[in-house]
Amino acid sequence: MSNLWPRIESLLPRVEKPARYIGMERGSVRPEHHPGKVAWLLLYPDAYEVGLPNQGLQILYEILNERDDAVAERSYAPWVDLEAEMRAHGVPLFSVDTHRAAGDFDVLAFNLSAELVFTNLLNCVDLAGVPVRSAQRHPEHPLILAGGHCAFNPEPLADYVDAFVMGDGEEVIAEITEVIGAWKRSGRAHREQVLHDLATVPGVYVPSMYDVEYDGPRVVGVTPRYPDVPAVVDKRTVADLAEWPYPKRQLVPLVEVVHDRLNVELFRGCTRGCRFCQAGMITRPVRERPLEQVRTMVRDGLRRTGYDEVALTSLSSADFSGIDGLVGGIVEEQTATGSVSLSLPSLRVDAFTVGVASEIQRVRRTGLTFAPEAGSWRLRQVINKLVTEADLYAAVDAAFSQGWRRVKLYFLTGLPTETDVDTLGIAELATNVVDIGRRYTKGASATVSVGGFVPKPHTPFQWFGQNSVDELRRKVSLLRDALRRSPAKVRWHDPEASFAEGIASRGDRRIGAVIERVWRAGGTFQEWSEHFSLGRWLDAMAAEGLDPDWYVTRHRTEDEVLPWDHIAAGLHRDFLWQDWKAALAEHGLPDCRWTPCYDCGVCTGYALEHVVAANVPPAGGSQGTGQDLATGHSVPVQLLPAGARPRSGGTGARVAG
Amino acid sequence: MRFISHRDVARAFERAFRVAEVPLAFTAGFSPHPKISFGPALAVGYESDAEYLDLECTEEVDETRWTAEVTAALPEGIAVTRVAPLADRAPSLQEEISVLAYEVVLGGIPADAVGPVVADLLGRASVEVTVSRKGEARIDDIRPSVLALHQPRPYEACVVVEVATRPRTLRVVDVVHGLRAVAGDAWPIEESRVRRTYQWIERGGARHEPLDVDRRSDARTLEACA
Repeated sequence: MSNLWPRIESLLPRVEKPARYIGMERGSVRPEHHPGKVAWLLLYPDAYEVGLPNQGLQILYEILNERDDAVAERSYAPWVDLEAEMRAHGVPLFSVDTHRAAGDFDVLAFNLSAELVFTNLLNCVDLAGVPVRSAQRHPEHPLILAGGHCAFNPEPLADYVDAFVMGDGEEVIAEITEVIGAWKRSGRAHREQVLHDLATVPGVYVPSMYDVEYDGPRVVGVTPRYPDVPAVVDKRTVADLAEWPYPKRQLVPLVEVVHDRLNVELFRGCTRGCRFCQAGMITRPVRERPLEQVRTMVRDGLRRTGYDEVALTSLSSADFSGIDGLVGGIVEEQTATGSVSLSLPSLRVDAFTVGVASEIQRVRRTGLTFAPEAGSWRLRQVINKLVTEADLYAAVDAAFSQGWRRVKLYFLTGLPTETDVDTLGIAELATNVVDIGRRYTKGASATVSVGGFVPKPHTPFQWFGQNSVDELRRKVSLLRDALRRSPAKVRWHDPEASFAEGIASRGDRRIGAVIERVWRAGGTFQEWSEHFSLGRWLDAMAAEGLDPDWYVTRHRTEDEVLPWDHIAAGLHRDFLWQDWKAALAEHGLPDCRWTPCYDCGVCTGYALEHVVAANVPPAGGSQGTGQDLATGHSVPVQLLPAGARPRSGGTGARVAG
Repeated sequence: MRFISHRDVARAFERAFRVAEVPLAFTAGFSPHPKISFGPALAVGYESDAEYLDLECTEEVDETRWTAEVTAALPEGIAVTRVAPLADRAPSLQEEISVLAYEVVLGGIPADAVGPVVADLLGRASVEVTVSRKGEARIDDIRPSVLALHQPRPYEACVVVEVATRPRTLRVVDVVHGLRAVAGDAWPIEESRVRRTYQWIERGGARHEPLDVDRRSDARTLEACA
């Protein structure tokens, strides 16, 4: 088979950061291909620096290469300069491990972590020499698979991706390998055959096995074409992370990448219940990794990689049971052996968390980031980010008093029920934060980062009409004006990019042709502001006769069939609808780890339970309950009466006396 | 391995030292860094047989064991070839190295035309080329910084060049620009492949390899890139 290295090598002196394409990372492998093995090419459809650290891809890379019946290599989207050289010289997409042509693999499997990379997926498939539309592919072409968070609304790419994989990949990847292996052994006669077989694997969605029915602009039904193809595809969930201590050999890149450090996953899932957060909703239930395994993975990982930084990752790392003990232990062990720093990438907003942070960041106390997400307590109840002002100020006070000088505050704008009072509330919080800081240091500063909210499938906000570009711009201007004389600085995400993301986020099958048009017009790397233009998206929508506002700014109704209703993340649709109603009624919903079950559907549906070591909130601040938990570990949380559960239309959180 | 930058090589060494459990000494202060200092940077895309770094350790190291273990921990294509103890307060590599030697494979010119162009350049008192310095284009005379230039093998379009590092390091790309300027319209000379072959420290009129001066105490190491 083909080794393209000599042809690639001659192009590299002409491109930026050529080391992105040479592989050779510590931990990488050069697997031996064999006709009897299923050859996977795992692709992250964005730049190498963004894609390399992806944990999901690295986990699957190891698991597949440990199997006797599979090999796995990696590829990333070539940057525009190399792409131009490749097209000019007829060099196809290649793996970075052995520089094998992508078209020589059996499977191209994409990780989709953001909607704006969809055009890059098409570009990679095209660069591989494979027809971009599934219907035009022949048996000799690789199968095009996709997974990751954006697969939970697969419809915009339904005509382009042969099969989607929902949820955790560790187990299902074995079943998929077996199906494809059997197809290879049978001589790869018909593509339809392997796709049909894949459609019967739990967690796998094969769009071509389903017919979509429309009534005017609305989707009114998605029905399987065969009796053995499931009407609703349920996600896969790994019950016990302890069985999957991966990655065991985290890749160490030669060039600097984002998150360039050892990353150890503490837990999957989150029950904080932030209503805007798709990741928190679709990864339930909470599954913690055993404490001892975390310690081992940190110790072995540092020894193997030579990194001097380790991050304990998850959706809310400070929520890990016994986080303070874990952190203390690691700091003690590692500071004894060398200068290793530890980071918790997702800090909660409270003084307890700052305490943990100060434990780990004994040196280099430059900046801390908090995400109150909304400017008023009212709106924070709407979005269920139950952080009180007291929490925030206590956290900030703790941070500045312990030597930090810069605080970054993350907010969303364009949230449901948001008024200018809420937007101006952001300015007030930021100003107060700087005032607190100046009590400790003259150099205290605060940066406010504002992102336009894009409603996501499988969340309570999936029915909400996104704010228009003009409305988001107006709110950003309002905030900038309010902070004009303040020492707090404002940064904001481009509202036009949020709009394009909105088209893809809740799009149906018809949006595929729009994505293809954007790609054909040269719209790759849409996550990168220098390559993004909303004009391309609006032109493509117009050319397809589709109304952008119908997709983006329109509120959906309860009876409407949503394009992703045949995909299940385990959450009952009526739970989400009731939670949406509770949001509009400004009712918060405390974390279900220490309050009664709200029956969201995940634990009961998958016969799983939250795997947590402690079912009491840790001490300090309100811990996202909106209640005073200063004493901690004693569950002073008022239990909700059964009738008050939102499913029965009652109220949400209460503030205990 | 020629496609990684000087900075990336530095980071690869830091990690390899940690994996090999080299007893690194750290700087004091808020942001402790291991006490490692590198010689003159190698441009991305160049190979090298001769790269050097100074390293301070907290205890004596076993040089033989250390060479093998650090090499094993380094990315493929980078190897530690020799280690030598360095005297306390020895001047830094950046200060001391005054001559860099490269072998440059040329494109755009046949092998038999290289000799006359080289002779022409050496015969001139000054060779002015447009160089870019800090993003600004300016005319510089490169001739004084070309210390030696010859064609090592008559059958190959290739030159060996020695350049001075002072008053500032002459870049290989500017040497090639100089050759091109001298050749005029006859040959569109371009750089095709470059390998650094030596770095020299000059003391008392003699040249030394960096590992052979200022010996004692800590380690001054030699690494080779392939």
